[in-house]
Amino acid sequence: MIAWISQFGLALLSTCRDILPIAAIIIGFQVLVIRKPLAHPKKMLVGFIYVLLGIAFFLKGLEMALFPLGKLMASQLTTPEFLGINPSEQQVSWRAYFWVYVFAASIGFATTLAEPSLLAVAWKAQQISGGAIQALGLRIAVSIGVAFGIALGAYRIVTGTELYYYIVAGYIIVLIQTLFAPKQIIGLAYDSGGVTTSTVTVPLVTALGLGLATTIPGRNPLLDGFGLIAFASLFPIIAVLGYAQIAQWRNKGSLSPKP
Amino acid sequence: MLKTPFLKQLFGSFLDLVPILAVVLIFQIFIIRQAIPDVGSLIAGTLFVILGLTLFVQGLEQSLFPIGESMAYAFARKGSLFWLLTFAFCLGFGTTVAEPALIAVAQEAANIAGSAGIIEPTSAAKDSYALGLRITVALSVGFAILVGVLRIIRGWPLYYLIIGGYCGVIIMTPFAPPEIIGIAYDSGGVTTSTITVPLVTALGVGLATAIKGRNPMVDGFGLIAFASLTPMIFVMAYGMLR
Repeated sequence: MIAWISQFGLALLSTCRDILPIAAIIIGFQVLVIRKPLAHPKKMLVGFIYVLLGIAFFLKGLEMALFPLGKLMASQLTTPEFLGINPSEQQVSWRAYFWVYVFAASIGFATTLAEPSLLAVAWKAQQISGGAIQALGLRIAVSIGVAFGIALGAYRIVTGTELYYYIVAGYIIVLIQTLFAPKQIIGLAYDSGGVTTSTVTVPLVTALGLGLATTIPGRNPLLDGFGLIAFASLFPIIAVLGYAQIAQWRNKGSLSPKP
Repeated sequence: MLKTPFLKQLFGSFLDLVPILAVVLIFQIFIIRQAIPDVGSLIAGTLFVILGLTLFVQGLEQSLFPIGESMAYAFARKGSLFWLLTFAFCLGFGTTVAEPALIAVAQEAANIAGSAGIIEPTSAAKDSYALGLRITVALSVGFAILVGVLRIIRGWPLYYLIIGGYCGVIIMTPFAPPEIIGIAYDSGGVTTSTITVPLVTALGVGLATAIKGRNPMVDGFGLIAFASLTPMIFVMAYGMLR
């Protein structure tokens, strides 16, 4: 118990250190340039402390519970014994890794749903659109995108195909979708690519990628282990644009914001 | 503080975590078929995560969103483009340069560059490479927020800039050293932290609300998209120039 409290103290301290430059910039500009006091300084300070405590608790909890287990599972799922392959064998069918893809997709979906940055953006979008965009619907669409992206990324590591081709193909799809998607959703869709991959998703996904690239014969973890994050930021854009497109087809104009 | 909305939020956070727990438990029990190590810290950690998520959401509505918005309004009223753009750049640069995820990725990239023979495999050379990479990414995010804010003010359509940027990425990739490509693509995703995202989103939406003729839904979003796009270009350029 005491060990937990001191560990939590350390987590809080490191969160404070990460926030320091942001707080300095905000306070600096507020005092020197805007030169007006904030509207509710006390309420905002309390809120800021909530954020600090919240992130510290969140990170500590992840470190205690999910990261070790998730990383252990990623490595267990990619061991040759579990997959039933002979390490000396050079040619292994990509189908042998079935459970890896399922795990990649489900962990991508589940972690994205709990991602705090996505929560923030989805909440804001629901507020601005006057409820036309539902926060939960948006988060599910993004999570599906991440799930598909990470599963495809795992397939790419298994087959050893070029990252470049996938990314270019993905961008071309985004480009075509952008031309047809409702204008109101485009900014949000592009943003959702960047917010999916932060606190929860990155460590687990990186562990999966490095585990895969280490186990599979002929892959270099340094060269092939990366790229999963790029998939996880690309496919949510496609998913959200697709979600908006479908919503528009089903109910014309429902996505326009309230005046 | 312990009133019904807080409990409701606590329950909401619990629901957000149910999928992760389900995935972990189902895989562990049915597919890997091994006992879960250290059940005690799993439960305690999960409670921490739920509490943390709840406090974060509470603070978000009370603090980060209002701060971002009130600063956007203040800058719009003040009408000084110079100070707004300076603020945008500082916010992007300052929040990124100390980002722990970025520090980890930069170190990893330095190790790769060292083993691939791009730089001397000494720790001094690696440290300077990693620091250079971090500064590069932070500069690129500062630049991204600056351009994004300028876009909101001028009302340029988002997709021209984004698609232009993607084309830049696609054209640069074949010329960049192969070792840097994976890192460059991933660095776009790791730059945006949990505190930066709400602040930057509130800033963009606040600006688009405050400026006449802008629609918060059409123009307010997109800052994060820039912040995930420019690092790819800057990091590849860094790899090519080194």
